[in-house]
Amino acid sequence: MVTPSRRRGAIAPAITVALSLVIAACSVASPSPSPSSPADSPGASQAAASGTVSPASTGGSDIDCLAGSITTSGSTALQPLVDKAAKDYVAACPEAAINVQGGGSGTGLTQVLQGAVEIGASDVTADSKLQPADASQLVDHVIARQGWIMVANPSVTGVTNLTTAQARDIWTGTVTNWKDVGGPDQPIVLIIRPASSGTRATFKQIVLGGANEATGQTLTEDSNGAVTTAVVQTPGSTSVIGFPYYQQNKDQLSGLQLDGIEATIDDLKNGTYKLQAFGHLYTKGQPTGLTKAFLDYLASPTVQDQTLPSLFFAAAGSD
Amino acid sequence: MLPSTGQALPGLHSALARPLSWTERLDLPRRITFAAAAAVVLLVGLLLGAITWNGIQLFVAGGVPVSQILTATWAPDPTSPPTNYGLLPFIFGTVGLMAVAALIATPLSIGLALFMSEIAPPWARRITQPAMEVFVGIPSVVWGWLGLTTLVPFLREYLSGLGFVVGFSWFAGGVVVSLMILPTITTIAYDSLVAIPADLRTGSLALATTRWQTIRHVLLPTAAAGLATAVVLGMMRAAGEALAVQMVIGNAPVIPTSLTRPMTTLTSQITLDMGNTVAGEPWNDALWTMGLVLLLISFGFVILVRLLGRRGSAR
Repeated sequence: MVTPSRRRGAIAPAITVALSLVIAACSVASPSPSPSSPADSPGASQAAASGTVSPASTGGSDIDCLAGSITTSGSTALQPLVDKAAKDYVAACPEAAINVQGGGSGTGLTQVLQGAVEIGASDVTADSKLQPADASQLVDHVIARQGWIMVANPSVTGVTNLTTAQARDIWTGTVTNWKDVGGPDQPIVLIIRPASSGTRATFKQIVLGGANEATGQTLTEDSNGAVTTAVVQTPGSTSVIGFPYYQQNKDQLSGLQLDGIEATIDDLKNGTYKLQAFGHLYTKGQPTGLTKAFLDYLASPTVQDQTLPSLFFAAAGSD
Repeated sequence: MLPSTGQALPGLHSALARPLSWTERLDLPRRITFAAAAAVVLLVGLLLGAITWNGIQLFVAGGVPVSQILTATWAPDPTSPPTNYGLLPFIFGTVGLMAVAALIATPLSIGLALFMSEIAPPWARRITQPAMEVFVGIPSVVWGWLGLTTLVPFLREYLSGLGFVVGFSWFAGGVVVSLMILPTITTIAYDSLVAIPADLRTGSLALATTRWQTIRHVLLPTAAAGLATAVVLGMMRAAGEALAVQMVIGNAPVIPTSLTRPMTTLTSQITLDMGNTVAGEPWNDALWTMGLVLLLISFGFVILVRLLGRRGSAR
């Protein structure tokens, strides 16, 4: 059951289209892509699962069809989610065009503030990045909880869990050998994101309590993909990556529990797993027209209960 | 205006007796080429202006003392003060990478250029020329990828005794960039060797010198300015390279203590941070300052190339 939804992260559109047929077929047998969302109508599940070609999804009551053209940019962590939702929306509403771009959280915030895009996606709040006068012009729409997981190269045997204190010791450079946390006698190689990344900011705040990471032998890679490659390749290495990237590379990485809690969508959703942050979509002022209709669709049960778990995000919840 | 048109088109003299047609009076070729030249100059001017303006905002709007960029601590995160915008690790990285790349590439390229111009039989030249052209066409991401998947693991697994703990290193970056600048240096060096008049070679050989003596004492000194220009242009390319370098150097914002350790460069840090910072904050301004520094470094090299060219033509 996990396999088809994991494959949906594949980039090649041709493969996605081909697979979506398989997935649509699968979803008849097992309508819910995730254990956390058992009770939804088969129709909604069909809409979420059928990718770009979805004749059935036009009946989805969650979609308020409006014509027009909007652009979103920003967080690459949220991009797969916004992209999927945009494709489903446009499939149901052919009069609408939604152009989804990446660029990073900072780019999203800058561009939405400048009016270059209608929606700016960010892993971090606008308040933490922008001047108060600028931040107050933006309206926050929380659309998901995104989780990160600590991973290590498979050569690090015997370590399946780190406490917050152990992780802090490792990342601040107090502990430099895996043997001190129950692993093999092997130097720890830290692989981090640039200081400006949302992933790093979240990890620093939640796990490191604001302490600075060690430098020196520490490697910096600029994306989830590059980090994953580096961890897979470098013995003794450890890093922090987003859930979707972990799911795609599970076989080559060893995922670590945090304080004994496994990184699952369920524990992400109910807040038990703490290495998480809200995904934000910002608009300049209150949204109108297609922007509003698309944001409403993102907040609808179809996306929150079906699309999000299938892409390894969790529903934003009531807050 | 009219006389120059007449000279540029031989055979037009006899036709000049008649009045010029409107197309001739319009003189499109001259206008188009002039417009193209003006557009390029304007574009370069605007670019310099924009980079300089944005590059000084760190000092103007951010209130950071200029001397701070020459410190070694990169702590730009406003959420964990005190911030310090020390660019020394990046400047050191860029210059250090250029130096290592030039050290590796120069002997190879000049050797290859000498082989192509002096030694190779025609059939070998027919192979090396297109091979060089293919070399130039290899995209930088491919070099980076090869470095990441072969060189970095090789260094880590077989040369860890030398200190390559993780493989990602100054040395790895130097090797990857040296391969990228090899064709640049080779082609320009080859051109300057081929441009040497044949009389010099035959004259030297007539004095019963060996081929090596001719190369060493006649050709290399004669082409020295051209060869130096080739190396400098190669180093400029090395300074601007971002993608391939970023994949193999580890991007650690510290001054590396040895060739075996991770480092970073101006270009790499700009690409790492640009998407995640917001226009107008000092952190983003610092990236522009890095761009300005890079521009100044390459200005230095342009001046060097011009000086070398002047020295070469003076001979």
